[in-house]
Amino acid sequence: MAKYGLRTIAVAYLLFLLVLPVGLIVWRTFGDGLAPFVEALTSPSALHAFRVTLEVSLWAVVANTVFGVGAALLLVRHEFPGKRLLSAFIDLPMAVSPVVVGLALILLYGRFSPVGGQLESWGIQIIFSTPGMVLATVFVALPLVVRAVVPVLEELGDEQEQAAHTLGASRFQTFLRITLPGIRSALAYGVVLCLARSLGEYGAVAVVSGRLVDQTQTLTLFVEERFQNFDQPAAFAAATALALLAVVTLLLTRLLRPKD
Amino acid sequence: MTAETATRPAPPPRAGARRRARISGGTALGLGSAVLYLSLIVLIPLALVVWRSTDEGLGYFWRAVTTPDAWAALTLTIGASAIVALINLVLGTIIAWVLVRDRFPGKAIVDTLIDLPFALPTIVAGLVLLALYGPESPLGVNLAYSRAGVGLALLFVTLPFVVRTVQPVLIELDKDMEQAAASLGASPFQTFRRIILPNLVPAMLSGTALAFTRAISEFGSTVLISGNLPFKTQVAAVNIFSQIEGDNTTGAAAISTVLLIVALVALVSLDLLQRWGSRRG
Repeated sequence: MAKYGLRTIAVAYLLFLLVLPVGLIVWRTFGDGLAPFVEALTSPSALHAFRVTLEVSLWAVVANTVFGVGAALLLVRHEFPGKRLLSAFIDLPMAVSPVVVGLALILLYGRFSPVGGQLESWGIQIIFSTPGMVLATVFVALPLVVRAVVPVLEELGDEQEQAAHTLGASRFQTFLRITLPGIRSALAYGVVLCLARSLGEYGAVAVVSGRLVDQTQTLTLFVEERFQNFDQPAAFAAATALALLAVVTLLLTRLLRPKD
Repeated sequence: MTAETATRPAPPPRAGARRRARISGGTALGLGSAVLYLSLIVLIPLALVVWRSTDEGLGYFWRAVTTPDAWAALTLTIGASAIVALINLVLGTIIAWVLVRDRFPGKAIVDTLIDLPFALPTIVAGLVLLALYGPESPLGVNLAYSRAGVGLALLFVTLPFVVRTVQPVLIELDKDMEQAAASLGASPFQTFRRIILPNLVPAMLSGTALAFTRAISEFGSTVLISGNLPFKTQVAAVNIFSQIEGDNTTGAAAISTVLLIVALVALVSLDLLQRWGSRRG
């Protein structure tokens, strides 16, 4: 009896917290067929938001992947004092509110700070423009690739790398031929997580982008702005598109997750 | 950076106690790049937040934190996060239990769904909750612009933490001890309390601490459903946001610093808990 009771509690909780709300949005979006959905997502503003989101996410994913692999190798294969501290700093972004991320970047790179002012005098604008949004996205997604790759690197060991080195392979060759194939699926897992986080980031980007419609508006900002302007169909359509992306991410991570 | 630093052949297997190895050129270059990258994106900006919060003196910091609306937002955030963390502690453990020990059709789907809140953008989470529990609710439940709505949003985004920390521990848990207890005449409740629970407590607590830190920093999911009414439903992150919009960066930095401190305290206690857990383990 207790078994059925617990099962009912668990399933009912998930039903009312997750399934019904998400299902309702999908149902409302497609309630009148596919045409309104397509129409809402092909408006110039929506298309622009798509482009901005993709641009920002791609840069952020590239940056975090390069950093993630490098930092993982550094943490696993190298010995140096302060390793635990570096590891803790890499995890720090997880504990910071997205809004605080935005504020922090404004304080360093905003027009009224020494650094931001100097950059602006060279014609480089960070805040209220794409570079700031990329920085914000990099910040919030920073630990994902590192944390996906580190356990696999540890498991892999370094015998093969040493063997390759002994046989005369250069560092770069060893990395391409030995290390990279070994961490391939973990790296893919980390990249997918990082991409999903980047596409869906809202708070940090809301602060640093200035939320300029048709300029720095990403898809998540589009959802909020359309909803506040009583354009429910567009907000729901964009939200559904993002939710579908999230489901695809979920399924991909299921496939790629390292089995333990 | 990767090619150079990444592939330096690893140092010989560490013999026994870790010796203070001399840092090679490759390590130094990699470490330097990593620290520079982290500094420019994470460390210097965050340090500036803390710096800015006190640059007009501690008195100003204190006044900024204790303005009525900021104080109301902070207490609401910490109180709601604590309640949400406790609900997660109970329901997250139940869900993990059901996923590990129960069998029913569709369990794999339920298991996959648990991660949905991590994959779903927070603004979308807020929107879907508002659709079901807002003014146009088909269930007739309207939690929009109420504290219950804020709690609901926080429950949504923190769902996976306890489930995903408890689940692996439950999978590893040996059933022999439970069977031994049962054969010696322990009731199911006694077995749970004496055998299972002690093994789960460290994981349950660390999941709860993670859920708490996530909840106090949450922004996106609460924006739409809370309506951001100061003194009633405005959480700290939203308060910071409106202060930034109002160009009061010092006030925003003060509240941000409080949030950072609370999160750090929670994470440090989590670290201590984990060490305590592994010592007992």
